[in-house]
Amino acid sequence: MLKFPIYLDHNATTPCDPRVVEAMIPYFTNNFGNAASRNHPFGWQAEEAVDYAREQVAKLIGADPKEIIFTSGATEADNLAIKGVFEMYASKGNHIITCNIEHKAVLDTCKHIEKEGGEVTYLKVNPEGLIDMKELEAAIKPTTILIAIMYANNEIGTVMPMKEISALAKKKGILVFSDATQAVGKIPVDVNKDGIDLMAFTAHKMYGPKGVGALYVRRKNPRVKVTAQIDGGGHERGMRSGTLNVPGIVGFGKACEICMSEMGEETKKISALRDKLENALTKIEESYVNGSKQYRLPHVTNISFKYVEGEGLLMGFNKDIAVSSGSACTSASLEPSYVLKALGLGDDLAHSSLRFGLGRFTTEDQIDYTIEAVTKTVSKLREMSPLWEMYKEGIDMNSIEWAHH
Amino acid sequence: MAYSDKVLGHYQNPKNVGTLDKSKQNVGTGLVGAPECGDVMRLQIEVDENGLIKDAKFKTFGCGSAIASSSLATEWLKGKTVDEAVKIDNMEIVEELHLPPVKIHCSVLAEDAIKAAVNDYRKKNGLPELKFEESVVH
Ligand SMILES: Cc1ncc(COP(=O)(O)O)c(C=O)c1O
Repeated sequence: MLKFPIYLDHNATTPCDPRVVEAMIPYFTNNFGNAASRNHPFGWQAEEAVDYAREQVAKLIGADPKEIIFTSGATEADNLAIKGVFEMYASKGNHIITCNIEHKAVLDTCKHIEKEGGEVTYLKVNPEGLIDMKELEAAIKPTTILIAIMYANNEIGTVMPMKEISALAKKKGILVFSDATQAVGKIPVDVNKDGIDLMAFTAHKMYGPKGVGALYVRRKNPRVKVTAQIDGGGHERGMRSGTLNVPGIVGFGKACEICMSEMGEETKKISALRDKLENALTKIEESYVNGSKQYRLPHVTNISFKYVEGEGLLMGFNKDIAVSSGSACTSASLEPSYVLKALGLGDDLAHSSLRFGLGRFTTEDQIDYTIEAVTKTVSKLREMSPLWEMYKEGIDMNSIEWAHH
Repeated sequence: MAYSDKVLGHYQNPKNVGTLDKSKQNVGTGLVGAPECGDVMRLQIEVDENGLIKDAKFKTFGCGSAIASSSLATEWLKGKTVDEAVKIDNMEIVEELHLPPVKIHCSVLAEDAIKAAVNDYRKKNGLPELKFEESVVH
C-alpha cells in the first residue's frame, strides 16, 4: 500500500534514519552531560560519545578526527570556511574564486567578503552545470587565497571536477574549499584523494538530524587555519565556541557510519529508480533534463516540462508528492532559479522545471505513482496552456512581443 | 504555501478552457504576460449583436492562482456588456479567491487580459481603443 504524501525532495532534507534516532535518544536523557565538563562522569560520557562520532564522521570522508569541527550545519560551516580563511590569510591576499551556482550560504558569504574589502570572482558554468578549468586557471591572481567550488549542486545534482580543481590549486599554492553538503554520504568523497583543504557538510541531508554539521579543516600538507566566527568558551579547538550538540553529533556520526556501509548498495538501488523516473518523464514530449547526466549525483533529476509552469504543475499533485520547483512565482521578483538560469536556460524553461530527489526509503511503487501523476498533470496543463497551443500551431514564440511586467 | 479552496476548485475544474475563433469580427482576444515571467494568459470574449458577452474562454500558462484568476474572469465575463467587463477590478478577484499578497499579480494579469480582449474587440469593430491607467502590482 502506498502511503501519502510521497517524499521526493531529498535534496532539501532527509528523514532521520530510525537507527540514527535510536543512537541519539540516550543523549537527551540519561547521558545528558556537557562534553566540556572535564571533572565528572556525565561530562566524560558525553565527550566519549562526541569523540566516537568524530571518528565516524572523519572516516566517511577519509579525514583524521582532529580535522573535524562540529557546527550547526553547512551554512555555518560555509561561513566559517570562507570568512575564516579570508581573515586568517589576509596577509597573503584577498581574492576568492567561486562559481555562480553555489548555494546562497556560499554566495551571500562571498558578497559579505566583498563588503569587507575582499575581491571575489564568480565563475560561470557551462550548459551542463560544470565550471571550465581554463576559466578557473585564468581567474587565478597572485592575491588568490581560496577556490570555493561546491562538490555537487543542490538543484541539478551535477558533480564538479574536484580532483582537477585541487590539482590546479595545489600547483598555485591556493587553498580549496568545497561545499559538499549534497555529495557526502551519497557518493564517495575523500578529502585526500580529492585534494580538498576545507569542506562543509551537514547531517540532515544524509539521514541525520537537523542543526548539526561539520567543517573539515586540513591539518597536514598544508596545515590550514581559520579564524573563529563565534567567540566564547573555546570549544572545537577554539575554532567554534558553544556547548556541543551531543545528541545531534551522535546522530550525525551514526548517519555517517550507515552511509559508509550502505552507500554502494543504496546507490545502485536509488539510481535505478531515478533512471526509471527520468526515462519515463523524458518520454513526455518537449521535456528536458537540466545539467550533466554524466557527472551527477545518483539520486536526483531536474526536468523542465516546456510550456507548463512549475508551480502550477506542482499544484496538480503536491498533496500526494513532495517535489520542488525551479519556478519562484511566489517571490516578489518573479525570478526563477538562478542555478537553472546560469545553465543558460531561458526563463521560460527555468519556470517549467521540477527537481525530483530520491532517497533511501523511496520505493518503486512511489516512482510508478509519480510517473503517472506527473505525466497526467503535464498533459492536463498543456491543454490549458496558450504556449502549448502556439507551439503545436508552429508559432514562433520569439516573434511575439510579450508585455513584460 | 497552501492554496484557498476556491483556487483549488478552479485549478481542478477550470471553467471555460479553450479557444474561440480569433478571425471572427465579434471575438476579442487578449494575450498578456510573458513566458519569462512565468505567466501568460490568453482571454477571449465573443460578443453578440447587443454588446453582451455570450462566451468567454481562456488558456493560461502559470501557477494555480493565475489559472484560477483567469478561470474566474471568464465566468464573470459571460452575460456582461463589454463596458461592464472593463470595470472588473483585480481586487475583486483577489477577494473572491482569497489570493495572498504574493499572488496579487495573477489577478492584475487577469484584469489586463480582460482589458486587452475588450480593446481587441473594439479595434476590430472600428471603435477607439480604451486607455487604461497602467496597472500596478500592489
Ligand atoms: C549545497 C548546500 N549548501 C548548504 C546548505 C545549507 O545546509 P544547512 O541547512 O545544514 O545549513 C544546503 C542545504 O540547504 C545545500 O544544499
